[in-house]
Amino acid sequence: MGLLITQPKGAAQRLKDGVGAALIALVLGVPMLGLATADVGGALAVITRWPLLAGFVGVVFVGRLFFQWLIDIFSLRKKRREQARPAVAKSRPWLTWIGFAALGLAVMLPIAFSGNRYVIDTATTVLIYVMLGWGLNVVVGLAGLLDLGYVAFYAVGAYSYGLLSTHFGWGFWQTLPVAGLLAASFGLLLGWPTLRLRGDYLAIVTLGFGEIIRLILLNWTEFSGGPNGVNSIPRPTFFGLPFKPDSDDGATFASFFHLEYSPDHRVTFLYYLILALALLTNLFVSRLRKLPVGLAWEAVREDELACKAMGINVTNIKLSAFAIGAMLGGFAGVFFAARQGFISPESFVFSESATILAIVVLGGMGSQLGVVIAALLLVVLPELGRDFSEYRMFLFGAAMILIMVWRPGGIIAKREPTLRLGAAA
Amino acid sequence: MSMLTFAGVHAHYGAIHALRGVDIHVEEGEIVTLIGANGAGKSTLMMTLFGQPRASQGSISYQGRDITRMATHDISRQGIALVPEGRRIFPRMTVLENLQMGATFAKPEHFDGDIKRVFELFPVLEARQAQRAGTLSGGEQQMLAIGRALMGRPTLLLLDEPSLGLAPLYIKLIFRTIEALNKEGMTILLVEQNAHHALKVAHRGYVLQHGGIVLTGTGKELLASPEVRAAYLEGGAEISHA
Repeated sequence: MGLLITQPKGAAQRLKDGVGAALIALVLGVPMLGLATADVGGALAVITRWPLLAGFVGVVFVGRLFFQWLIDIFSLRKKRREQARPAVAKSRPWLTWIGFAALGLAVMLPIAFSGNRYVIDTATTVLIYVMLGWGLNVVVGLAGLLDLGYVAFYAVGAYSYGLLSTHFGWGFWQTLPVAGLLAASFGLLLGWPTLRLRGDYLAIVTLGFGEIIRLILLNWTEFSGGPNGVNSIPRPTFFGLPFKPDSDDGATFASFFHLEYSPDHRVTFLYYLILALALLTNLFVSRLRKLPVGLAWEAVREDELACKAMGINVTNIKLSAFAIGAMLGGFAGVFFAARQGFISPESFVFSESATILAIVVLGGMGSQLGVVIAALLLVVLPELGRDFSEYRMFLFGAAMILIMVWRPGGIIAKREPTLRLGAAA
Repeated sequence: MSMLTFAGVHAHYGAIHALRGVDIHVEEGEIVTLIGANGAGKSTLMMTLFGQPRASQGSISYQGRDITRMATHDISRQGIALVPEGRRIFPRMTVLENLQMGATFAKPEHFDGDIKRVFELFPVLEARQAQRAGTLSGGEQQMLAIGRALMGRPTLLLLDEPSLGLAPLYIKLIFRTIEALNKEGMTILLVEQNAHHALKVAHRGYVLQHGGIVLTGTGKELLASPEVRAAYLEGGAEISHA
């Protein structure tokens, strides 16, 4: 009578199972619920609570029936799915292991470098770029739509949080979905007019779009604060506990957990927050890739006409890629605004778009792990190069050229198939 | 009622008048072939069926439904599958993924049976299922393109120059497959420059010249016709308009 029964049962079997569970509940319930001690005139006396016990047994019986019924439904569905779709098998387990090792390192990093604010800050920046890279990967890597204005969606997310929080007092978690939706609608806005464009032509239009957003933010002073940007954006809180020195007005993170206040808490929290957001992004994108829509993104990249002849609505597929890529960029933007506490159009210039695109291309179009490695390189290399002052960008450029010579298809150029037949098929 | 009917269809590529009032019909269970020289409008006819380009005049109907103005992807969802000229497989995706794409609008429960059938037709695809489609040979790619089209469970299969650029052995195999599919009940419209092979397997044929139909008849009749022999089998003269 295991919890995860894979074979679906019939109604009679479920009933039997329910009676069994009720019996166990009765046996356990008699000493635990049915009998209780009470203080009667200074002496302990045993009293009985049969109605409570009966209620408990009843709840267990009905609950178990219901639970078993749910399990049956899910296992049936799962079976059908497995029958309908061939088994998906991993071909290169070592890549998965590298991924898990990297994840382990990422989780351990703030512990290993606790107190070293510089390292954690840099790692947070890397993770922002990883998340942006994964978002742009949907548009460029999978759907093959060259987007040079991706930073616009990052800006939409950042300004959504900046403006909603400073004007209307919205919190981080409230703004996150709204900013994602807003960024996605901007993605559609860019997607619609550019549906018929490909390659270089699309790149030019997206480049223009990125600039338009930046110029609007720069010049529409009443709305966005213009070049002064948005100031004193509230920092995210830990389930309502702010990261502040102890004061009289309410509990803070440090006081609630009886810790000595330290600014490192917030830095570490932000690090784990972006790590979680990035992981969610990764999970989301890699699930999508295995769904029909993800496969269709890649097919549209390969041959639009063949897709149409197969009944695929290319318009919807392209728009969905734009919207989902933009949404992920918007999420990253919200985090960026919350982390910096101050945003201005300065942060959303074309070179940001170029950097994100470079991460995707350098990592290997469509490769999730490649994006991580490339983001690490592109953020850490200039940091390491600080000692070389004015030669820094020179070294950076040289390193990029060397990588492209060494691996012209990107660091991880080989594409992982989404589907493999099991041996049986 | 015919399965597919073109009634006085005209089509333009910009200023080029590519189809000039074409009337053809395809009955259920038939193999119909369109033959003609380069630039006669054979591929245009097939793409006009898919609305790329749209018919500028006339109408196209499929199983009694007017599809002249339908969106390309909706036309294909009516049960029409195209094996395009030049194969147009998805080169960076695996063979299996290509087949899966073809099955996008088929019911998932058919997937296992359908893929088995495709692998029975073309065993080489099963052996190469995890390989990138772009690394297949031309003949194998053609098989993949046909397999991909079959995965959508079409009622009408369109093949645009399936023998183009293939080795003679592959050409034989492709034509044998076409006949086998037809015996199972598939209706097939075949565009070919290889008139000899096409007319041998076809029940009926149309000869297209300068965007219009100049001759029609059964496969055997056309194969025996002196004009066709002169124009497409022995090479040379154009067929004068009757």
